[in-house]
Amino acid sequence: MTGRDAGKAMKYLDEFRDGKLTRRLLDEVRKTVTRPWKLMEICGGQTHSILRSGLDQLLPENLELVHGPGCPVCVTPLELIDKAIALAARPEVIFASYGDMLRVPGSGRDLFSVRAAGGDVRVVYSPLDTLKIAHENPKKQVVFFAIGFETTAPANAMAVIQAERQGLRNFSVLVSHVTVPPAISAILESGQAGVNGFLAAGHVCTVMGYWEYEPLAGRYGVPVVVTGFEPVDIARGVLMCVRQLEQGKAEVENAYARSVCREGNKPAQAVIRRVFEPCDRAWRGIGVIPGSGYRLREAYAAFDAETRFPDVRGILTQESPVCISGLVLQGLKKPSECPAFGALCTPQAPLGATMVSSEGACAAYFRYGRHADSPMAREVRA
Amino acid sequence: MSGKPRLEGWTCPAPLRNYPTIVLGHGSGGLMMADLIRHLFAPALGNELLDQMADSTVIDASSMLQAAGEGARLAFTTDSFVVSPIVFPGGDIGELAVNGTVNDLAMSGAEPLLLSAAFILEEGLPMETLARIAESVRRACEAAGVKVVAGDTKVVNRGHGDGVYISMAGLGVIPPAVRIAPGLGRPGDAVLVSGTMGDHGMAVLSRREGLAFETTLESDTAPLAGLVKAMIATSRDIHCLRDLTRGGLAAALNELAAASKVGVEFYEARVPVRPAVRAACEMLGFDPLYVANEGKLVCFVPEGEAKAVLIAMRAHPLGREAARIGTVVADHPERVVARTAIGGSRLVDLPAGELLPRIC
Amino acid sequence: MCLAVPGKVIEIYSANGARMGKVDFGGVVREACLDFLPEIEVGDYTIVHVGFGISRLDEEEARSTLELLKEIEGSVEEAADKGSAHEAGVARSSPLTTRERLGSAERKRRPSG
Repeated sequence: MTGRDAGKAMKYLDEFRDGKLTRRLLDEVRKTVTRPWKLMEICGGQTHSILRSGLDQLLPENLELVHGPGCPVCVTPLELIDKAIALAARPEVIFASYGDMLRVPGSGRDLFSVRAAGGDVRVVYSPLDTLKIAHENPKKQVVFFAIGFETTAPANAMAVIQAERQGLRNFSVLVSHVTVPPAISAILESGQAGVNGFLAAGHVCTVMGYWEYEPLAGRYGVPVVVTGFEPVDIARGVLMCVRQLEQGKAEVENAYARSVCREGNKPAQAVIRRVFEPCDRAWRGIGVIPGSGYRLREAYAAFDAETRFPDVRGILTQESPVCISGLVLQGLKKPSECPAFGALCTPQAPLGATMVSSEGACAAYFRYGRHADSPMAREVRA
Repeated sequence: MSGKPRLEGWTCPAPLRNYPTIVLGHGSGGLMMADLIRHLFAPALGNELLDQMADSTVIDASSMLQAAGEGARLAFTTDSFVVSPIVFPGGDIGELAVNGTVNDLAMSGAEPLLLSAAFILEEGLPMETLARIAESVRRACEAAGVKVVAGDTKVVNRGHGDGVYISMAGLGVIPPAVRIAPGLGRPGDAVLVSGTMGDHGMAVLSRREGLAFETTLESDTAPLAGLVKAMIATSRDIHCLRDLTRGGLAAALNELAAASKVGVEFYEARVPVRPAVRAACEMLGFDPLYVANEGKLVCFVPEGEAKAVLIAMRAHPLGREAARIGTVVADHPERVVARTAIGGSRLVDLPAGELLPRIC
Repeated sequence: MCLAVPGKVIEIYSANGARMGKVDFGGVVREACLDFLPEIEVGDYTIVHVGFGISRLDEEEARSTLELLKEIEGSVEEAADKGSAHEAGVARSSPLTTRERLGSAERKRRPSG
């Protein structure tokens, strides 16, 4: 949105939201596509941008854009949400979290309702803020919900490093990090989703680089285009991807070169490696993807909330029997194919994370689906 | 009559100045409460009606109506204010309360005249803060041309009340032949906004822990009765007015669409947003359409009158950045749809609940 | 995971042993940690995620990309960003394309191997 008061534009953001440029790129896409293709993006931020701008409505009929498991909110295992809730409910704990997590339903309730019941749950913008909270509340235990993909891992890791440096005894982290390449691998390996090409998450790649995708592109014969987040960026990513597909290519290309280089950000990677190590991780609704997570290294085990609060270990989780988020997240089912969709399960009363998160596929379908029959949407698609 | 609260010169053995903070006794109806009223509230808010100091203030309603002319009607509203922090850039809860109540009245085309003010004070609230808030109420009343004519004070235990809650009721007079109501929107009406979106919400949020910026974002709290008066002077055919509060433009448009059983379509690119507010929203992942305002309105007015009303708005200090953003339509009744900058469209639903920053 | 915004570094300093900066996001200034960008300088642009700069924005790359993309021919002014309430539908671009030009520029950026 630019607004009429464009006196001070946001540089390197607004130019990439240019409507004309986006439309031209999408026209090129239309001209390029001769066969049906299915592209997947794995990034909540890209999903959000696509839905907000209505870009998916402007794609040709035979080009399908699927939203993969790119939202840490959606994929954080139920067990961890329940642990977070249990910790937040403890009177001696100040539970700090990014805003995204507050409405995600656990087995029973969510962090929001814990706060309503008197739990000290605080929303933070940056992990460094949690250190301030710990300093200011020496008698309380501050637990930080360290979620996210590789983009957020360096920042979360830094909080742990700083906590150690500052000698904080009342700070710990509940870790739920997931990494993208193993997920792509798993999706491609299963073959069921029928994805022809990927738009790789531009900010994950800013940190990690894109060299990890080269063997994947080679092994599975799938083009991967590193893509940014604004409409121009996404349109360009889509164009480059379908061009490859039409030409029978399967390479890794970089459509977000203003932020991404092949090797990524080395200092950030060093910080991740110092604090975290890869581990198997369960993705909510999907199951365990080997090597797809990060956990704290032994050297930082003292900051692990699961160790510091051992009695949150034996939590029994109960996923809604009706919820098919996992299938949706893998692109195997559409939200509208879920029996609970729009009836038992709505954004106001969600059964699973994909309905809670504003980028979640189900929430998106819910909003778009109610709107798809409006003349404006039809006219836009025409 | 009005002036700074006087904390000296007492007859009471335990004068106000010995209490740097509010204690439970200030709410128990005894000497301490009387002192609080006499030495803090009355000097700030006092007027001939309030000074009746009776259980109820007697008002000559028929004179009020007669003065406005045959066919004039009364408008009545109530609103409560629970903002945290109670002092924020651009204002405080006192100013917010007066403006909010005044604006409720103004949205039906009424001239706001009288307010009541009930204060629920938290034990431990610094007296100085309360004095400041009372003074803000006084100044806001003066600016809006209204008087507080009835009041009440209670004190709650520490840990409840966020410092202070204020509840107000307001009475105003709607001039003859003015009919403005949420249900009067019609397809074809122009949709106008009086200025930039999201100012208040971002100002308050920016004061919350962890979300602070170095740049000061100011609330846009303001009394809109004067702006509305100027709009009505230009056109007697304004259909709907809504002041934007929580839920921002999205909430207001949805509410009007539902009340009038019409659809709304607007262009995102036409919605004015201050650069600082936009930048702050981008960083935290907020959509300015959903962020609160406290001194802005949205208007549905027939197409033929739109230009004149817009000019009148822009001529007023509180409407300098007024803009036409869209149109009321017969399609998709009760739904609000935005045309995006790239020519796509999206449904602008009612906000889910509290705005939360996101990383994703 | 993804929400990161570009801003201009207007000051760099040290705090708590970390490299910090004041970043101007085109209307709002906020502090960000620049520990991951040891070579960034005042005047550079950075992309900030949860209070940390994660890359130094390559301005030259951004500019040349935009220039390149603009070379795709378009005919009538699109209605989308004008936003008049009376306009209906959206204009289509002309058939002329610069496919080859675009393609060759992209080839330069591809990784080797």
